[in-house]
Amino acid sequence: MSAYWKANQRKLAPWLFLAPGILMFAIYVVIPIIQSMAISLYDWDGLGVAEYIGTANYTELWSDDSFYTSLKNNVLWLVLYMLAVPAGLMIAIFLNQTIWGMRAYKSLFFFPFVISQVVVGLIFSWFYAPNFGILYNLIEAVTGERIAILADERFVTYGIIAAGLWPQIAYVMILYLTGLNNVAADQVEAARLDGAKGWKMLWYVILPQLRPATFIAVVVTVIGALRSFDLVSIMTHGGPYGSSRVLSYYMYEQALSEYGYRMGYGAAIAVVLFGIMMVFISGFIWKMWRDETER
Amino acid sequence: MVHLKKGVLAFTAALLMSTSAFAQARELKYYADFDPLPLAAFEALIVDFEAANPDVDVVLQNFDHEGYKTAIRNFLTADSPDLANWYAGNRMAPFVNAGQFMDVSDVWEANGLSDSLGSAKASMTIDGKQWGVPYTYYQWGIYFNKDVYKTVGVEVPTTWDGFVENCVKFQAAGIDCLTTGTKALWPAAGIFDYLNMRTNGYEFHMDLTAGKIAWTDDRVKATFAEWAKVQPFTTANNAALEWEEAAALMVQGKAANYVMGNFAVGNFKEGGMTNDTLGFMVFPEITPGIPRAEEAPTDTIHIPTGAKNVDDAKKFLAFVADADVQTKLNAALNQLPTNKNSSVNPDDPFLVAGFEALSSAYALAQFFDRDAPAEMAKAGMEGFQEFMVKPDRLDAILERLEKVRGQAYD
Repeated sequence: MSAYWKANQRKLAPWLFLAPGILMFAIYVVIPIIQSMAISLYDWDGLGVAEYIGTANYTELWSDDSFYTSLKNNVLWLVLYMLAVPAGLMIAIFLNQTIWGMRAYKSLFFFPFVISQVVVGLIFSWFYAPNFGILYNLIEAVTGERIAILADERFVTYGIIAAGLWPQIAYVMILYLTGLNNVAADQVEAARLDGAKGWKMLWYVILPQLRPATFIAVVVTVIGALRSFDLVSIMTHGGPYGSSRVLSYYMYEQALSEYGYRMGYGAAIAVVLFGIMMVFISGFIWKMWRDETER
Repeated sequence: MVHLKKGVLAFTAALLMSTSAFAQARELKYYADFDPLPLAAFEALIVDFEAANPDVDVVLQNFDHEGYKTAIRNFLTADSPDLANWYAGNRMAPFVNAGQFMDVSDVWEANGLSDSLGSAKASMTIDGKQWGVPYTYYQWGIYFNKDVYKTVGVEVPTTWDGFVENCVKFQAAGIDCLTTGTKALWPAAGIFDYLNMRTNGYEFHMDLTAGKIAWTDDRVKATFAEWAKVQPFTTANNAALEWEEAAALMVQGKAANYVMGNFAVGNFKEGGMTNDTLGFMVFPEITPGIPRAEEAPTDTIHIPTGAKNVDDAKKFLAFVADADVQTKLNAALNQLPTNKNSSVNPDDPFLVAGFEALSSAYALAQFFDRDAPAEMAKAGMEGFQEFMVKPDRLDAILERLEKVRGQAYD
């Protein structure tokens, strides 16, 4: 035994180190995913006996209007949440100066991310509230129309995304600040001597060096956009009449909420959401794998 | 430091003594979801029960009101208490059908509850058996701001047409005739329930919520036609308001009427209204000749099938159903006792009016989200909210509800 170990230590040691992590990951992530996929093939109310119905949940999902509304909203979230990346970059560049007290300013700009998403949602819903909300009154003063954003099906998703962008920009900003610290000063000097300034400097010298930071920023932003449950739940409960639903909230409504006793249907929605996420996650992992093998 | 040591010794001694005393009492576990005011009332009730049954110790574990609705699904299977709070009607059906509530028809038999709790019996019965005991209910109706009525110069209407005529006058004065806050969806259902019961009758409403009538039926469209009469006079942004925020509108005099339950009286009074400025009326008649049914959502106590101390739990249910106990409890809760032999505080005009309205009602509905199964209730309430904002979409809404009806009832 010990001879075998001595001979193969190099090969076995990494697996031994990974073993606890793999075990936890298997128990808490992989097996529940497989169980969810299994539940989606049943009709189960969470309390009684589960009845096998095959792909009937998916067939129902195919012709469900609420599902398409949720899907559309998820796409909106994905696309608009990407605004956090350039916005975070701009603020990070702005804060990357050596001015007295800059650390204090950086902490203040980071503050939105520290607050719980639930609190952010609650306060923003008061900003949008009719009669006394600050944004409501601002819109009324500027356009003359009294629009309650969270009650208007045309604007509600945009209103919630705006609330979500506030902490997300702070998060991306910190990622970029760290990245900017690692930008090689000599390259910047050399470029400046060659006459690069402003936009050209940013695009050709700084951004390429920020590639790892940009990659992580995009990853967390995509995951944040697809996961956006708290804000939708707090600000509108998916309303008005379901127009701000996203897939994660729709799944909760169907399976776990006060009026939702359909575990199988909720699991089917969860599987669809998982499928969408896998597209992005696979892309990310493929890119990371490619980077690793190149190195 | 000396005090600390003495204190610790004394505490340990007390702890030891108390455990030896409890060792003789049987424990009764009760999981509940009371708000602070009802919690105090129930703790008083438990003290009385323990006085009447000295060998029973009731251990009450109180959950957050909303969190309880998800917690109950866990603890009924995982670690059931001996008693649990819930609601009547179709709301208890998932648990009854899953076999998680115990049949307590014997408690009803033994204590003559079919007579004393007669008005609430139908909502506690599934398959001919009773599954819990109701301890309180409250009326719904139209609350109005008397000052606003005086300022605009209108009388309290006795008919629906009178109500609509008043609405026109309110709008001319820049006041919302009807206000509500549908962000949480359920307030809109109260309006629908009353309009439906007054337009088509109690049996029709029960059949509709039981899934026996199509939502595209002409009679349902007639209900919505009546609703369309007051929709233009309702607070415009009601989908963005919580019900408390809409209550504030009525307190401030920006709205005249509010279809709400009696629990809102606390909010109105906190905002500054008094018995002189706050009025209550039963929902006026729409179709003449239809007997007057009312909404009376009922709170109940059940015994989970996994309960360990079933005998004491049944004693507790019988205790809660008693007329005097209910009088005392509901006086503290500011709601109505379900026992017809109980009495109501004569100084509270709203409770008196409610007691009269419910005792003389033809039948009692449980509220849309308790009469209809969960999936239908959710879709229905979303439809009502959408109708209130976009009344021209009625046909699309009714078709969608009809589609849900095909799937929700099996």
